[in-house]
Amino acid sequence: MADHAQTYYVPPPSHWPLVGSLGILTLASGFILLLAKVAAGPYVMGVGALILIYMLVGWFGSVIREDRAGKLEGQVDTSYRWGMMWFIFSEVMFFGGFFGALFYARVFTVPDLGADELLWPGFVAQWPTAGPGLKEQFTPMHAWGIPALNTLILLTSGATVTWAHWGLKRGRRDQAKLGLILTVALGFTFLCLQAYEYLEAAFTLKTGIYGATFYMLTGFHGLHVTLGAIMLTVITFRVFAGHFTPESHFGFEAVSWYWHFVDVVWLVLFVFVYWL
Amino acid sequence: MEAVLHDSHHEDHPTGLMRWFTTTNHKDIGSLYLWFSLLMFFFAGTLAMLIRAELFQPGIQIVQPQIFNQLTSMHGLIMIFGAIMPALVGFANWQIPLMIGAPDMAFPRMNNWSFWLLPVAAILLSTSFFVPGGAMAGGWTMYPPLYIQGGISYDMTILAVHIMGLSSIMGAINIIVTVLNLRAPGMTLMKMPLFVWTWLITAFLLVAVMPVLASVVTMLLTDRHFGTHFFNAAGGGDPIMYQHIFWTFGHPEVYIMILPAFGIISTIIPTFARKKLFGYTSMVYAVAAIAGLSFMVWAHHMFTTGMPVAGQLYFMYATMLISVPTGVKVFNWVATLWKGSISFETPMLFALAFVCLFTIGGFSGLVVSIVPVDIQLQDTYYVVAHFHYVLFSGSAMAIMGGIYYWLPKWTGHMYDETLGRIHFWLTAIAFNVTFFPMHFLGLAGMPRRIPDYALQFADFNRLVSLGSFVLGASQLIFLYVVVKCIRGGAKAGDRPWEGAETLEWSLSSPPPYHSFTVAPEVK
Repeated sequence: MADHAQTYYVPPPSHWPLVGSLGILTLASGFILLLAKVAAGPYVMGVGALILIYMLVGWFGSVIREDRAGKLEGQVDTSYRWGMMWFIFSEVMFFGGFFGALFYARVFTVPDLGADELLWPGFVAQWPTAGPGLKEQFTPMHAWGIPALNTLILLTSGATVTWAHWGLKRGRRDQAKLGLILTVALGFTFLCLQAYEYLEAAFTLKTGIYGATFYMLTGFHGLHVTLGAIMLTVITFRVFAGHFTPESHFGFEAVSWYWHFVDVVWLVLFVFVYWL
Repeated sequence: MEAVLHDSHHEDHPTGLMRWFTTTNHKDIGSLYLWFSLLMFFFAGTLAMLIRAELFQPGIQIVQPQIFNQLTSMHGLIMIFGAIMPALVGFANWQIPLMIGAPDMAFPRMNNWSFWLLPVAAILLSTSFFVPGGAMAGGWTMYPPLYIQGGISYDMTILAVHIMGLSSIMGAINIIVTVLNLRAPGMTLMKMPLFVWTWLITAFLLVAVMPVLASVVTMLLTDRHFGTHFFNAAGGGDPIMYQHIFWTFGHPEVYIMILPAFGIISTIIPTFARKKLFGYTSMVYAVAAIAGLSFMVWAHHMFTTGMPVAGQLYFMYATMLISVPTGVKVFNWVATLWKGSISFETPMLFALAFVCLFTIGGFSGLVVSIVPVDIQLQDTYYVVAHFHYVLFSGSAMAIMGGIYYWLPKWTGHMYDETLGRIHFWLTAIAFNVTFFPMHFLGLAGMPRRIPDYALQFADFNRLVSLGSFVLGASQLIFLYVVVKCIRGGAKAGDRPWEGAETLEWSLSSPPPYHSFTVAPEVK
């Protein structure tokens, strides 16, 4: 491809980024009003969220149209692949910050707080803990109930999405459809079980460092599963609409990469948040 | 087929304001970044002028301590995220596609959004001065527990940081993919101009650490409003934990702000020494080594927080180790000058000043890496002097040099050389008058971030303030030169600098709206 510049697709001017910025500005302003306990806050946030959703639908819609028109092949396809890979890497680092907090608290902070009898008399350093000042009694989450079941569900969904991928690559579109439907169903089952677990939990976000790390890690993971499930749903509709070919289906692959990433985060989470 | 793919409506883009709102052109977006950066540079610079006006003499004259804290906090935050980083991204946008022979950035629409998120963050930060309680006053590092106690502007700052982080991550991904995927045929990685190399590595750092900053300020937000105890010992958390996670971001961030500046300097010096860059390969490896080490030295920002001796020793030696690749770079710049036929146009003046002054900043960094010395100097003006030597005479002066260097290419006009030199000399002299005495103030024990000081510091402070006013006013000359150059001037040829060898000089000045519609062949 010596003349790659002629085939590299440079999109025409687009208003979607501007819409996105307005959406984020509205959303952030609404959130600030909410935090300042101004009654209008949630409504402004709602408007911001709607603008953002409008932007996402419109922007991704135009990308899908470009894809259908064959503009995203070859070198552009490679760009999209690299881009998705680095996006997932940035997500890994985002979770890394919260895991860092968990490990730091467990390895350094809690033992240090229990080490000095003068500082917090009677505090026994152990995990889980709500901390020496709160003295809150609570039952931590057990790994081998719903969380273990959820692990099984997510791992299975990883297998079904790969099975769907095989179907797509071999031109067996019914297999792809079934695999995707199963994956989406497993994803939403996971989310329902996670919601049930939250409702039944005997501690809250305010239960010291244990509650904070538990809910922030599982919460952000749950948010990512939600996004992944929505993305998989879109892909399912696209497969039903006849999009993708055995050779070219990066939209599908990107979402399945994302889904596997969410899967791996859950495994680390299961081991260090629930189990050990 | 080819004609179908290459949309004809590329050439007709909206005019007026909508051109800039909707553009997918790397040059337009680069210009937007640079103008935004200049605006923020003057905004945050004005805050610095107010700080120096208050510190002109002992006692409280102009602003109350609470306002003073707002000024120092916002000056730091806006200079870093609003001025220096966007300026460097502006260079990346303008130069990387030109230097590697690419048609544009890899994701032109996302490129647009990366920029247009910045004004959103700027709106949040600048309006935060007018909310109840005033702007964020907890220092740019946003340490808890102080940060947990602040008013509504603290939330605005957190969200602004999130939005700027989003912008940086998208911008960085765009740069990485452009460099990896859009190079002209024949342009192997080790043939890339060093500026492109420094940005590739910087972009990697950005993707790696901006999410960490996002996560830690999210923890601040939940500690402030949703009852978590990440940074509260009563709940089993730890304020020091914040500092560890923050500096895991913060130290690589320091190199994010200097590595592209290294790239600019490594472009300017060979041009005006009329020699190839000495030790290109070792330059690439040095940049990579600096980036790698940047992840392993974060705790040298927090020696006084209490840390096992083994930890202090490790972080001290690891920090000192960074001076090895940095020394390689300074050596190579000097070796490039050696026996070169040097001329002293404005970009070269800035580059030479960079090499001298940045090296002073590097040495004072070595001084504060020594644990017992750092414990004395922590939070004194010595530290302020140190990081202004690397950030102003390092990053900012490299940016100015780069602007002068590429303005003829970008505008098609030569800038006013006389005014450029006046700007340089005023900046270089005023910079040293401002920041060199701060070393002495810090060694004598004057603490930073305090609006008042003991009488013994009065003379030096008066000198520092006078220097800073000249430094600030000199930048108006810079603005004038830039505007004048855009509006007209002597025509610049395709290659106004005869020693310049990178690809952008093979194009016309200014380059066509779509630069390399046909990829150049690189031998």
